[in-house]
Amino acid sequence: MTVARFWRETPRRYNLGGNRCTACQTVYFPPRAVCPTCQQHRQSIGKMEPYTLCGDGEVFSYSVVHEAAEGFEMLAPYVLALIKTPEGPLLTGQVVDVTPEEVQVGLRVRASFRKLREDGRAGVIHYGYKFSPVREKGPREAMASPASQEALARAAARVART
Amino acid sequence: MTESKVGIVSYGAYVPRYRISPQEIGQVWGTDGAAMGKGLNVVRKSVPSPDEDTITISTEALRMALTRGKINPRDIGAIYVGSESHPYAVKPTATVVAQAVGATPYLTAADFEFACKAGTAAIQTCMGMVLSKMITYGVAIGADTSQGAPGDALEYSASAGGAALVIGRENLIAEINGTESFTTDTPDFWRREGQRYPSHGGRFTGEPAYFRHVGECGRRMMERAQTEPSHYQHVVFHQPNGKFPQRIGKSLGFTDAQMKYGLVTPWIGNTYSGAALIGLANVLDHAQAGDRVLVVGYGSGAGSDAFDLTVTEGIRNFDRDHGPQVQEFLDGGTPLSYAMYAKFRGKIHLGGS
Ligand SMILES: [Zn+2]
Repeated sequence: MTVARFWRETPRRYNLGGNRCTACQTVYFPPRAVCPTCQQHRQSIGKMEPYTLCGDGEVFSYSVVHEAAEGFEMLAPYVLALIKTPEGPLLTGQVVDVTPEEVQVGLRVRASFRKLREDGRAGVIHYGYKFSPVREKGPREAMASPASQEALARAAARVART
Repeated sequence: MTESKVGIVSYGAYVPRYRISPQEIGQVWGTDGAAMGKGLNVVRKSVPSPDEDTITISTEALRMALTRGKINPRDIGAIYVGSESHPYAVKPTATVVAQAVGATPYLTAADFEFACKAGTAAIQTCMGMVLSKMITYGVAIGADTSQGAPGDALEYSASAGGAALVIGRENLIAEINGTESFTTDTPDFWRREGQRYPSHGGRFTGEPAYFRHVGECGRRMMERAQTEPSHYQHVVFHQPNGKFPQRIGKSLGFTDAQMKYGLVTPWIGNTYSGAALIGLANVLDHAQAGDRVLVVGYGSGAGSDAFDLTVTEGIRNFDRDHGPQVQEFLDGGTPLSYAMYAKFRGKIHLGGS
């Protein structure tokens, strides 16, 4: 993809910038020039306004990619999913910060900002949205997780004194 | 005298999800990783995904700050990103961040570099611009995805993370009462252009570098503010490991209780430019109105910036619960093997590349 083409798509890749038909309220991502929902497309001409998706969604369908496309080898295996947004549009994106086993239909996700690809070692770096799971508040999964920060602070203080 | 006030309007922090322990690293190099971790007081360190860098970390932190503070990105007049791991040698981190949070095009932006203290230097720049009414809000970010050479002592602590502070005049959650700096030419740590990993002066990084600068700067800040250690509820130091900040804190007269929330490196590693700011974010996650906070950053090369802050009544209505608090980043993450870590950090090269 050329630098110029990617640059033109920056608003939608960085900020989930779509648009909305003010005649029938349908939201589109990527943005459309006219509204295919309105019975007569002419009704929507001049009535499409920019609309930014909130970034929330849930996994509608997904597949685990083992044979990575060029430039994505280091990420394999990775999860590519269709994300159903509350505004309506289905988005395609990678789900990150999960193992393929953790992904299931209905998994709640939120848009996150990540590197999409690099044009080689000297080329431009492309950024945009991916999706990461919305985790419940509270401790993350165990990594020899000590009981509390207080206990750790005490332990740390002991170490520092020795 | 409301017009002379300046301070923090909102803040956000971000730490990548993956973690590796000193034991796991030591196993590969035939080193006692557990002892290494104990010596550094680092239990684990964060590891960025292959698709994360200083730009993505900065963006996540700032997005959280803007949502929490209910700030219109168009009101941001300046974004400064302090880091020693900007993804491009030439092309700013700050422009991508500005675009990704919707702050473009009517703002000024630049990248700062001063080893680990570029983020605190950015705060000072924002303070000046906000106080002189050049801008409504200034954003100071400190973020890094630094690396230590495989097998080097730095590999046990160098991690990734960052925090963003929105500096303004009104609706403050913490007022900045004053700032001081202490700067000298001290070659304790450096990386030449084109070099993949930094070099350091070994033991030289301690006394004449970190301890002298942080100590002098912290003392001078308290002298100027006419305060004593007992006046502060919280203190945050730059923390290249878990031990240096405890040692300097003790020598300045602070207790473990005062250092408790400001010390985050033991659980996420050394986030370089992010370290002091993530520590401050953790303090603000727990602080109450009226709390006094001392922050002393440090950057090799070398210099320290100190800030004397007072948490305001504004903290009561501030939406601290929006998005993960720093404690969630400290509590853990997804553990990585050294093999996965090497793959994530680009230490493995594909055939032909
Ligand atoms: Zn329509």
